[in-house]
Amino acid sequence: MTFSINVNGTTHNVDVGDDTPLLWVLRDVLGMTGTKYGCGIAQCGACTVHVDGNPVRSCLLPIAAVGTRAVTTIEGIGATEAGSKVQKAWLDLEVIQCGYCQSGQIMSAAALLARNPRPDDADINAAMAGNICRCGTYVRIREAIKSAAGDGSRRPS
Amino acid sequence: MTSTHAALSRRVVLQSGLAGGLTLAFQWPLRAAPVNEPQQSADRPNGQFAPNAFIRVDKSGRTTLVMPQAEMGQGVYTAIAMILAEELDADFAQVVIEHGPPSDKLYANPIFGIQVTGNSNSIRSFWDKLRSAGAAARAMLIAAAAAQWQVDAASCSAANGKVSHAASNRTLTYGELADTAGKLPVPDKPKLKDPKDFTLIGKPLKRHDTPDKSDGKTIYGIDAMVPDMKFATLAQCPVLGGKVKHVDDSAAKKVSGVRQVVVLDDLVAVVGDHMWAAWQGLDALKVTWDEGPNAKINSTDIWNELRAASKKDGVVAKSLGDVTMGLTQGERFDADYELPLLAHAVLEPMNCTVRLTPGACEIWTGTQVQSRCQEYAAKAAGIPVDKVTVNNHYLGGGFGRRLEPDMVESAVRIAKKVSSPIKVMWTREEDMRHDVYRPAYRDTISASLSNGKIVAWKYKVSGSSVLARWLPPAFQNGIDGDAVDGAVDMPYDIPNAHVEYVRVEPRVVTTGFWRGVGPNNNVFAIESFMDELARKANMDPVAFRLGMLEGTPRLKAALKLVAEKSGWGSPLPTRVGRGVCAQPSFGSFIATVVEAEVDDVGAVHLRRITCAVDTGIAVNPDTIMAQLQGGLIFGLTAALWGEVTIEKGRVQQSNFNDYRMLRIDETPPIDVHVIKSAEHPGGIGETGATAGPPALRNAIYAATGVPLRRLPIDRAAIAVKKA
Repeated sequence: MTFSINVNGTTHNVDVGDDTPLLWVLRDVLGMTGTKYGCGIAQCGACTVHVDGNPVRSCLLPIAAVGTRAVTTIEGIGATEAGSKVQKAWLDLEVIQCGYCQSGQIMSAAALLARNPRPDDADINAAMAGNICRCGTYVRIREAIKSAAGDGSRRPS
Repeated sequence: MTSTHAALSRRVVLQSGLAGGLTLAFQWPLRAAPVNEPQQSADRPNGQFAPNAFIRVDKSGRTTLVMPQAEMGQGVYTAIAMILAEELDADFAQVVIEHGPPSDKLYANPIFGIQVTGNSNSIRSFWDKLRSAGAAARAMLIAAAAAQWQVDAASCSAANGKVSHAASNRTLTYGELADTAGKLPVPDKPKLKDPKDFTLIGKPLKRHDTPDKSDGKTIYGIDAMVPDMKFATLAQCPVLGGKVKHVDDSAAKKVSGVRQVVVLDDLVAVVGDHMWAAWQGLDALKVTWDEGPNAKINSTDIWNELRAASKKDGVVAKSLGDVTMGLTQGERFDADYELPLLAHAVLEPMNCTVRLTPGACEIWTGTQVQSRCQEYAAKAAGIPVDKVTVNNHYLGGGFGRRLEPDMVESAVRIAKKVSSPIKVMWTREEDMRHDVYRPAYRDTISASLSNGKIVAWKYKVSGSSVLARWLPPAFQNGIDGDAVDGAVDMPYDIPNAHVEYVRVEPRVVTTGFWRGVGPNNNVFAIESFMDELARKANMDPVAFRLGMLEGTPRLKAALKLVAEKSGWGSPLPTRVGRGVCAQPSFGSFIATVVEAEVDDVGAVHLRRITCAVDTGIAVNPDTIMAQLQGGLIFGLTAALWGEVTIEKGRVQQSNFNDYRMLRIDETPPIDVHVIKSAEHPGGIGETGATAGPPALRNAIYAATGVPLRRLPIDRAAIAVKKA
């Protein structure tokens, strides 16, 4: 079947089965490999994208369910205010190690900040607990979200 | 044995065991001609300055640094680049970093003798080699400028990619000098900088690899795209070691997007237009497996065999004083500790992309063993090694899993049956169930105490030898130098000490290196028992250790610092405890305090972690902190939940729902204090993984009084007992 989806402001027509998860359409059909496969069962968050601004696990979202809603991926999140703040904070605080989970981490954090500009620890826990980082960068993720929120709590280096 | 010796000397067992003599004194790679063969001679323009395998400067001044080691998140590309650029006096902001090609000749790890990233030794093993490589290049560039200006080289200086002659106010860029410098002889013993003159080393510089990782640009092995490529996924027999008996592919072939089904003797693979098609096709295959003899084996069998074998005498790995006599003096205590099989669960599942053309093979993957992948691909493709091109990538986690070439070998075997290039991707479930697993270990320790000091210490390590499989020449005289590494290198002043090793290979599973390797087990057993002994001696655990660290002053200093920074000794609520771990490992000295609460049902809540480290010269102190923060979480994840179990020859865990990872809401603040040091750099990537479990176990001991002897943590054992 042919589906027309809007990714980062661009419309793409793709011919795949209607149960094909958005993740594989992005990665294998459109060649947008920034969104990662980690578990396939919405346990790790590496595949997180935004659909109309909400964080969604693309590994379980069938293409047929996307419709005309706007999909934003890690390749496009820098164009949003929250996304660019998060990316900057991630680099300022040197969050990233292997980086494989970080597309998903950044997408979850950007969605959090877009709806809650001053998250506290509990807000951060609630928004980010679905994203696994095997390198264990959580301490810095927490600091970076606070830094992006502009609370001035940046770790001195 | 003390730990004040040079950082590398503790690898004596491993070093002396290697065929051909392992050289910590490096095989000097420097030569005048470009050396990154076989790949890079044709595209190198004349006049490029390539004094050795690590550095290339072209006429425009573009400075490329070739990385001999793999970047798997540990920050090694940045650290290696800092060391090279420091001695080269390159403009660090402008250097270009390139993945190294496979070559044992050029890029062999000085400790292992082959090209491998592991054992937390990239910096400590390559330190002198990289400095010399940079310094030699700098000397040649200065010599080229001095010749052009007809002045004494000693009157010239280099900085930021330029050579200057202050007296005449003249400057030439490295690019302008590249052509002539390339014609000069490479100096044998270039002068290294005095560390006080370092401008890069010791600074918390920004990593080179992270900007592209923050916006999805970085290409991992799993992201490789080759023209006309198809996507494949595979299934190996759920019973480890089993074979394919029969395959009914009629339903699979009807799945939209499925192109081909490949059946080999030990695996099946489905090729499709994208991963989802291949995966749906795989699910639709009806495979009958010949499960073989392993189908009868359960975890209990593996544990029974390990426990039985651990009662035998082992091969002596260390003997100091008279342990038999020593154990009769003072009061004697005995304990056994056990650690389970563990999976790596790297977040980027196993994958390899293959393009076969007549007589040649090209692969794209992320690996810790570039040359070994080349060798295995060649064997599988049936072609000479030099006909295999390996494109390494940033690794979405390594942790030892990518020290294995199995995913490359199987991908090439599948590719031989397919006419187009293919990307073979493992599902998470396949990755979890067909890992090489961290060995299960059993540690048997006896000690005697007198006046608050240990008189004698007898420690037997029983478990699989990863080295015997992975690097057979290093397994000598029945001793696995890795399995007893931390046991032999005990930091405490004990007059009578004895270490033995019993090799026990588990049935069904293949064992492999896992972040923290042998010391992971040794440090857990030693530091757990130290806490139990402190309690027998009626002493504070920190004071007890400090009394026996005269011979290891760097660890003693770290322990004092962590006690101070963690608020050691200050009051805590009930069922909250602090636990300490002190370890010399991988050439670094680390003391850690974990503060944790155990609730009434036995759930463990991490409250705070404090760590002090002396890792010698800290090339990039921010990376040191990051590695400890992450390593601690890696180790604590295992301590809290990690265990792979076998039933009827099958690994029972499959994904993150049944193989738990620590998450952000469970992560406490972690403070790392890096001690200033002028010693040789130590290793750091694995040290946190080793430190976390015993420190947590000891915190639980302090909180509940229950001396856990096994991981993962048994909640029932530490829950409040109902009357």
